[in-house]
Amino acid sequence: MTNVKEKGPEVTLSPPVDAGNGLKTQEMVINMGPQHPSTHGVLRMELTLNGEIVTRAIPHIGYLHRCFEKHSEAMNDYNKVVPYVDRMDYVAAMNNELGYAIAMERLMDIQVNDRVEYIRVLMAELQRIASHLLALGTFGLDIGAFTPFLYCFIEREKILDIFEKASGARLLYNYIWIGGLMNDVPADFKTDTAAFVKSFRPKIKELNDLLSHNKIFIDRTANVGVLPDKVAINYGVSGPSLRGSGVAWDLRKDDHYSIYDRFEYDVIVGKGEMGTVGDCWDRYIVRVWEMEESLKIIEQALDQMPDEGDVQEAIPKKIRPPAGEIYCRTETPRGELGYYIISDKSTTPFRVKARAPSFVNLSVLPAISVGAMVADMVAIIGSIDIVLGEVDR
Amino acid sequence: MKTAEELHRILAEKFGEELFELKQDEPAAPWIIVKAEQIREVSKFLRDEPGLRFDSLMCLSGVHYPKENALGVTYHLFSTSEKHKLTLKVIMPEEDAHLPTVEQIWKTADWHEREAYDMFGIRFDGHPDPRRILCPDDWEGYPLRKDYRVQEFYRGMKVEY
Amino acid sequence: MQQFLESFLPAGPVVVFVFSIIPLMIILIYALFAIWLERKVAGHIQDRLGPMQTGGWHGWAQTIADLLKMIQKEDIVPAKADRFLFKMAPFIAFAASYAAFVAIPFSSGYIGSMIDVGVFYIVAITSLLSVSIIMAGWASNNKWSLLGAMRTAAQTVSYEVPTVVTILSVIIVTGTLNLMEVTEMQTGNAFLGFLPNWFIFHSPFMMIAFVLFFIASLAESHRVPFDLPESESELVGGYQTEYSGMRWGLFMLTEYADMLLLSLVGATLFFGGWNSPFGSFMDGPVWGAFWMLLKGMVLVFVMMWLRWTLPRLRVDQLMNLCWKYLIPLSFVNLVLIALWEMIF
Repeated sequence: MTNVKEKGPEVTLSPPVDAGNGLKTQEMVINMGPQHPSTHGVLRMELTLNGEIVTRAIPHIGYLHRCFEKHSEAMNDYNKVVPYVDRMDYVAAMNNELGYAIAMERLMDIQVNDRVEYIRVLMAELQRIASHLLALGTFGLDIGAFTPFLYCFIEREKILDIFEKASGARLLYNYIWIGGLMNDVPADFKTDTAAFVKSFRPKIKELNDLLSHNKIFIDRTANVGVLPDKVAINYGVSGPSLRGSGVAWDLRKDDHYSIYDRFEYDVIVGKGEMGTVGDCWDRYIVRVWEMEESLKIIEQALDQMPDEGDVQEAIPKKIRPPAGEIYCRTETPRGELGYYIISDKSTTPFRVKARAPSFVNLSVLPAISVGAMVADMVAIIGSIDIVLGEVDR
Repeated sequence: MKTAEELHRILAEKFGEELFELKQDEPAAPWIIVKAEQIREVSKFLRDEPGLRFDSLMCLSGVHYPKENALGVTYHLFSTSEKHKLTLKVIMPEEDAHLPTVEQIWKTADWHEREAYDMFGIRFDGHPDPRRILCPDDWEGYPLRKDYRVQEFYRGMKVEY
Repeated sequence: MQQFLESFLPAGPVVVFVFSIIPLMIILIYALFAIWLERKVAGHIQDRLGPMQTGGWHGWAQTIADLLKMIQKEDIVPAKADRFLFKMAPFIAFAASYAAFVAIPFSSGYIGSMIDVGVFYIVAITSLLSVSIIMAGWASNNKWSLLGAMRTAAQTVSYEVPTVVTILSVIIVTGTLNLMEVTEMQTGNAFLGFLPNWFIFHSPFMMIAFVLFFIASLAESHRVPFDLPESESELVGGYQTEYSGMRWGLFMLTEYADMLLLSLVGATLFFGGWNSPFGSFMDGPVWGAFWMLLKGMVLVFVMMWLRWTLPRLRVDQLMNLCWKYLIPLSFVNLVLIALWEMIF
């Protein structure tokens, strides 16, 4: 063994900075990710730390880039894009499919019947609850509370069971097609969903008791990562992260699509109950109460849903949209999912661009993380709820 | 709430008729074609002018038009207060595709412009951080161009499998 | 106990060896049990079952299987690590908590060493643990490890103050540092005829002292909500990040040994140690060991219960809690206990 022993760790140090009280301090550059338990996938944050305080944060993305847009341009059928759409935001695949289907139907001027619309809304809202459950559970996990994560997963499983019965898949459904659905829902769909709604309501209270109003949890999340509303709009932040900043902005209400105008529900906004408006706790609690609103929509949709109707009657034989383009946006659990689709009158898409909410929401991270501690970084990343599959596409 | 024609008229009055072109014959939303060098001033005007207030850039997409030998950038704007939408397009020749950045106007454009650069090779003058975003920094070519051929080796690794 | 061993074992050194190996046996068996228990407790708190397959009955052999797996693992030392310190750190950590068990009276018939400064010795020797963690964090040559080690240093040093002050408030009552004598003072049923003569019932301030002690001991043994040194979701694994196999296993063992140690100290100081809760009923050296371990395990169980319920504090909040609340409270409490002693 002729190893030269090296003393001490090799850390990248910036030149000493005067701390202001006659002492010198040095900053440390540290890589958070791509393999880190709390970056929700393969996000890499290049953090510059002064002690434990973040002075600069640069996100590096692209580790999960799967060329969604290039793949779409290589498909010889617009419907073949749907499975790829699933794989963007893999925890809210139904919402992605819904957005794509609506964009295509507007481009081709297809009207779907009421039964299809109601099933789509039910699926989208169930998926929203499932996605929020995952977001809340993992947010708790980031803060160090392990148990709420599993409580959330128990409920999420029940939703996935409903999806499995309808589509045969638990994560990536390929269920909502252009002009209709893959197949009709099973006979016991209504009873299953009603039973879930009934059993789920008390669980929201349970989650609030266990996590939302826990003193330590509030200490960790209130006044942390404050995102002011002006900044949020300028950065294009959308979804619960924007509503957490006190902006009542929900595309379901503000940019009508599907049949959301037929339901009564509220837009939840952050009020700064525990700290400042737009902090991590606000973004968290918006998701909690949005599940309640989704339950309201589901209940109304179950009541109104017609029992008759062919879910495939509007599916075109050959999807050949007229030459033209469309930008269509829908509200997914993470925010504004926009599809910019250009058609050149062939059966192959000319261009499918997805404006992914996570991608845009993540770009605000450097702006709100300066001055936070390492532990706060974890909370901030958790509270804006990114899915790296969607960020990188 | 203003329609695309009204917005086009406002812009033509402000900046001069010849810079803008309104396309309306398509099935989907109409759009306004803006000259590349004008986009920054037009964006600033659209954002700050009372009555327009396009405070949100919904989407910024690069597009490659191989027939016209051109690259384009499409801006989808929206106003959260006035609730109107507008689509702007910039078309540039493929060989010399560059235009001013709007990153200072809408921060949303920051990453979207990086993505357009990464995928199409459109350069945004004045962007503070003009790096690739999804592909590795030393990747060759611009994947979303229609004539893109993937490189054979990347750092000694075979790319095609 | 030593005389009993001497009666059938041949030589003096062998007796001493057997005598000193007993705490190790207790720790090892306890750790196997406690890790299994932690999984079962976590499982049941989280509405699942935990390990169910290995060994048949409720997965009792799961930890043994894990141990065998860990022993077989490759011993990886990072290329740029300080090899000597890196390899030493887990042993020092374990040695520190093992050495502390010597002053714990497991029953009226067994204490490792009847040193007169028992509690003081325990407090002193467990400080070595933070040295070993800093060694591990520094030697790993990993920035996350280093951050974890720095947190540990700050946390352990801070929380030693309330721990020592609450221990001191018991010492005021007993007047001795020898834990065997402390336990003997708590024999019998004194209060109201049925409450055992434990210090926790001695005065209302003793209960406060115990709560303070317990909170501080959670921080000392790095358990949730004070598990910042290894906080998985922030620092990847803190000082343990680069460790694998049996070296990591030793850190794990140390953590559990530390939990037991602090629980046993708590049981001795506040809950009568090896004394039976029913006066002279079920009393004696063997029952004493049973009661002692039972009391320790109950406190360990509470630690597990907390772990699977609470989130984690942030490092500045941790320091706030210690310096702004626990330390002033424990000093005030110390004075109040002293006054109580003077008056009654």
